[in-house]
Parts: sequence; structure tokens; C-alpha cells
Amino acid sequence: MTTMIAALERLRPVRRTRTTNARRRESLTALGMATPAVVLLVVFLVVPVTLAFALAFTDARLVSPTPARFVGLRNFTLLFEDPVFYKSLRNTAYFAAVVVPLQAGLALVLALLVNAKVRGVNFFRTVYFLPVVTSMVVVSLLWTFLYRQDGLVNHVISALTLGHVDGPDWLGDPSTAMPAIILMSVWQGVGFHMIIWLAGLQTIPAELYEAADLDGATRWHRFRHVTWPGLRATRTFVLVTITIAAFSLFTQIRVMTQGGPLDSTTTVVHQAVHTGYDQQQTAYAAAISLIFFVLVLSVSLVQRFLTREKD
Amino acid sequence: MVFRTRRLAGASVAVAAATALVAGCASGSGSTSGADGDTLTLWTHNAGNSAELDVVKKIIKDFNTSQSKYKVKLQAFPQSDYNSSVVAAASANKLPCLLDVDGPNVANWAWGGYLSPIDVSGSEVPLSDQLASTVGRYQDKVYGFGFYDVSLAFFARKSVLDEYGIRIPTMDKPWTKAEFDSALAKLKKSGKFEYPLEMGTGGTGEWWSYAYSPQLQSFGGDLIDRDGYKTASGTLDGKGSVAWATWFQSLVSKGYMAKKSGADPNKDFLAGKSAIQWDGSWNAAKNAEKLGDDLAIIPPVDFGNGPRIGGASWQWAMSSSCSNKDGAQAWLKFSRQTKYFVDYAKATGTLPGTEAAAKQIDGYQPGGKYNVLVQFARKYAVVRPVTPAYPYISTEFEKAAKDILSGADPKSALGQAAKDIDNNLKTNNHYSD
Repeated sequence: MTTMIAALERLRPVRRTRTTNARRRESLTALGMATPAVVLLVVFLVVPVTLAFALAFTDARLVSPTPARFVGLRNFTLLFEDPVFYKSLRNTAYFAAVVVPLQAGLALVLALLVNAKVRGVNFFRTVYFLPVVTSMVVVSLLWTFLYRQDGLVNHVISALTLGHVDGPDWLGDPSTAMPAIILMSVWQGVGFHMIIWLAGLQTIPAELYEAADLDGATRWHRFRHVTWPGLRATRTFVLVTITIAAFSLFTQIRVMTQGGPLDSTTTVVHQAVHTGYDQQQTAYAAAISLIFFVLVLSVSLVQRFLTREKD
Repeated sequence: MVFRTRRLAGASVAVAAATALVAGCASGSGSTSGADGDTLTLWTHNAGNSAELDVVKKIIKDFNTSQSKYKVKLQAFPQSDYNSSVVAAASANKLPCLLDVDGPNVANWAWGGYLSPIDVSGSEVPLSDQLASTVGRYQDKVYGFGFYDVSLAFFARKSVLDEYGIRIPTMDKPWTKAEFDSALAKLKKSGKFEYPLEMGTGGTGEWWSYAYSPQLQSFGGDLIDRDGYKTASGTLDGKGSVAWATWFQSLVSKGYMAKKSGADPNKDFLAGKSAIQWDGSWNAAKNAEKLGDDLAIIPPVDFGNGPRIGGASWQWAMSSSCSNKDGAQAWLKFSRQTKYFVDYAKATGTLPGTEAAAKQIDGYQPGGKYNVLVQFARKYAVVRPVTPAYPYISTEFEKAAKDILSGADPKSALGQAAKDIDNNLKTNNHYSD
């Protein structure tokens, strides 16, 4: 016993210094752990993004015998005179405006369905999630065939209407191309957000539902007053991620329509890639990217403001 | 604990240093490369095309054993990634000594400083023996040469044309626009073909400029005013071009041609879905095998300015950053032997670049069943505009042509393309520097 006390007393002065020591050590550890991620982020994100912003004010080209020169706002003046750019903006907004509510809503419905405690629910969870783990390029190629004039979609339509309706050439008609891509994109992405909603649903304590049942709440009331408020954090996350994903629509367009027909499916990101690589206009593409960045940032900030904690 | 923290910090620093090192290596390094002493690197787009790749390999092997000074080392890329690999390598100053380049890109890459002019005088086959379209020239200098070219032609079944009383045209008397239109009308009226004409409208990329700009030229239009390559306005949206676009659009609106053809247009033609196919010479052998003597290889329609086809295919070149130009030229000269012209054409089913080679290839020799394709290339070929702006022009033309098929007003679609091209030329100072 005495030896223990003696030992403790001997430790005491050491312990005092230990707090500062430990803190220093802790921050060293933190620094050590953060360094790899920070370095990678700086090298592969911050530097390229800064470079891209700088390039937007030059005449940089993909293939060029001369180094890039500063040209001020020339790329932006050209951009604001470019009719395709306005179509890209309009199509991107259209896509986002439809996809965000549709995909989020459908995902929530699916999540509520597969949250039911019935046998075989895992099967449905897997089925709904399958498109998400399939490559978008593969999905787009397959749907390109489905959407053909003589494709499966039109065969089904024809069979269901007993041959009275001949479906359009979905991707070849300016009025149906974008809706067709929206439908496919929602089908592909809905599983992912279903899982997020599902995770949110399972954080809601079961006691709340029991209490609601005791109070004689209807199914709708249970959803309105227990489930919906319980999903507040999830809601914000789903909203922001779908919005950003919708704005960056590219792969489907590149594979399925290349922006056509008649620019009905060109999007901001597709235009940036097309001008930057296919047309070698690096600086012009950088200007488009800069505007895209500002656009996404401001929409995200507005969403963040609208969904903030109000207390 | 202290020890562990230090180790972690140390490891992080090491990782960071390694990353920086890798990044540094990629961008740093001298201004010349592509060779390690007398070992030269060679890039080709043929990774997915084993027949052609085998010829490249054979030439390299022959070259490496024919002398002991230089060694050529092959690196093959899939065609879809090839151009972007070259552009990336050029910006990192890592171009190989020897590389192949698609004909229409020669001017762009030469202007961009990727390529160095070559001197192949004294090789077995002189440049003057070649089809003009297989020599890549820019500003009076030779930057590349190809072993073969391809040609466009209409393919049809003689029996089908006879059945509907359609004259089988010859080079002396090709179809006129009126004749062609009435032939399509007859075929359409028969009800046997949903779309009698197949022109591969489902394709993307360079196919559009390659396949349809010769028709534009036959109408009297062009992609750009070739006098100085300073403006497209007045040419691409001029009278001849608008006439072409109106006709092109009418093919779809009259139901002669699909707005977007199937995944494999040649298969559809061979299956009898279409009566006449506008396609490349690369399918001639396959068509002949399937249809035998029934196959008609038909010259392009004369829309007023004579029949036209596009010229120039893949060519060999030397990079400007090559550190061993003597070695690179030695390889280029060595490869210019008639036997290799023969090997290439046989392996790829393309048109041999010289007459001497054509004589040695069954079917392509004078009087052979495919010789007419060589004649097309000799008489009708128009090289795509030799300007660094070509890649841009080509994408604009593709977009305009697609829009026209989708129903855009021909004059305004071409007008917008011409305006975009002129803007591009202006902001790039007409590619003069």
C-alpha cells in the first residue's frame, strides 16, 4: 500500500506535464493522420481546380505551339453569346428540377416499402440496389437499345395497347430525349438514396411508433408526425447529394445522345467536356467549369440555408 | 505512444514525399525524349487490331535484325484512347520518337509542335509513287506518310438494281443527283425496304466528316474556304452547302434513309434491310464474299461538281522531341518497302498506297474486282482541310449535320457552324502562331 502511494506521489509531477505533453502528442497524431488525405486533396483537387479557374482567363488550348496567354474575360463574353450554352443551362436545370423531387420521393417510397418487417425483404432491397452497382456506361448502352424505335420499350407499349400506339424514337426526338434520360437516371440512382433513407428510418426509435399506436394515430399521422420529423438530417443529405449529382449530368449524355438531337440533351458538364477535349478549347471549357462551380455552390448554399436548424 | 506518433508522422511525410516525387517525375524531365540512346520508342493505335499490329511488329523485327545500331520498341494503344494518350504525352514532354497519326490530324499536330518534318529520300519507294492522299503535308513540308488509304463507295446488289430498272453506273458515267433520287424513290415505292439507303447515320465522331463532307463538296460546297483557310462563312453556309444540306435532310423526310441507322449498318445491308449502302472500302471483301458476283461497287454520285470521296488514313510520323532523329528516320526509310505496302493492305483490307503494291494484291491489281476502289481514291479523293483547325471544324460539321437530320433549318444550322468556326479561327489568331 505504502509503496503504491509512494509510486503515485512520484508520478504526480510527471502527470502535470503530461497534460501538455499529451495534447501536443494528440495534435501530432491528428496532423499525421490528416496529412495523407490533405496532401492528396491538395494535389488532386485544390491545385487542378485553381488551375482550371486560372485557365478560364487565358487562351489555353489542348494542342498548342504557344504557351497560354492572359486574355481577360474573352472566354466569358464568348460564352454568354453562345446559344448552346443557354440550352445547356436550361437542360441542366430541367433535369435537376425533375430528378431531385422524383428520385428523392421514389427512393423514400421504396425505403418505406423495404423497411417493412416481412419475409423476403432483403431480396427486394438487393433488386432495387442492383442498378446502382452497375456501371452507368453499361446502363446507358443497354437503355440506348431499349429506347430504339424498334426497341423493347416500344414493343411493350405496342403490346400493352394491343398495337394501337407506336412509341416514338425516344432518343431521336427532341421532345422525348430528355424525359427518356431522366427516367433511366432515376431508375439507376434511386436505389442508392433508398439505402440512405432506409438508414435514416432505422434511426427513429421504435418507442415513438409504439406511443403513436397507443394514441391511436393513423398510418398517415404516424408518417407525418413521427417518420417525417425523424428524417430531418437524412432529408438534407439526400437533397444536397441528388442536386449535385443531377447538376453534373454527363455520362448518360455522352453515351446516349452526345447532346443531340437539336441540343435537347446538352448539359453544362457535357458541353465543358466536348469543347475541352473534342474541340481542344481548354480555356473555354475552363470558363464553363468555373460558371458551373459557382452555380452548384450557390444552389447548395441556398439549400443549406433553407434546411438549416431553425433554433 | 510517442514512438508510434512519430512513426505515423514519419510515414505520412514519406507518403507525401513519394507523391510529390511521382508528380514531379511526370512533369519534369528534359525537352527531348522518346528514345533511350539508340533504343527508340514507337507508338501505334493498333492494340485492338491484331492483323495490322502484326505488320507493325514484323517491320520492327526486320528493322531490328537488319542492322545493329538502333532498336525500336513497340507500344500499342487501343484506338479510342490513342489520341488523348498522345496529347497527354505531349504536354508532359513524353512523346515517343515514332508514332502514327490519323491523316486529318497531321496539320493540327504539326502546328502544335508535336511532329517534326521528315526526310525519307533514298528509301525504296519514293513519295512520288504514293497516292497523294497518303502523304501528310503541312505548309509544304512532309510530316507523315501512310501505307494505305481507304475509299468510300456505294455497295448494292446488281439483282436488286436490275429488278427496279436502275442503271448500274460506271466511273465514266456515274449517277447524277436526279438519277440517284429517282432510284431511291423506286426502291422506296417497292415497299420492300423500310429505308432503301443506308449511310451509317448511327455513327459518331470523324465518320460524319469523312463520309458526308465529300458529298457536300460534290454539291459545290466545302467545310471551309481553302484559300488560306481563313473563313468558313460563305463556304460552309454558301449555296452549294445549303443545297447539300437540303438534299441530305430530304433523305430522311422522304423516308429514304434512317435518321439514325442501326448498330451495324453493313450487317443490315447484307441482310437485305437496305438496298444501297454508302460505306468504306474496308467492307468490300466481306460484301464480295457474301454476295459474290451480285455485288456492285458503285462510284459516288456526281452532284454537280464531280464524284468525291475523302482521303487520308493513318500515317507514320516522327515526334519533334525525339532525341534520336537519325534513328527514327532510319526506321521510317526502312519501312518504305513495297513488300510492307503489300503486307499492310492485305492485313487491313485497305487500298495499297502504291501501284506497285496494288499489282501484287489479289483483287486490287489492274482489272481486279476491287481495283475500282483504288481508282476512286486516285481520281475522286479530296483531302480533308489541311489546317490545324480541322478537329474543331470536324466536330462543328458533325453537329450541324446531325441537327439537319433531326429537322433543323439547313441554312441556319450551317450558318451557326460557319459562325462558330470563324469565331474559333479568330480567337486562335487563325492558327498562324
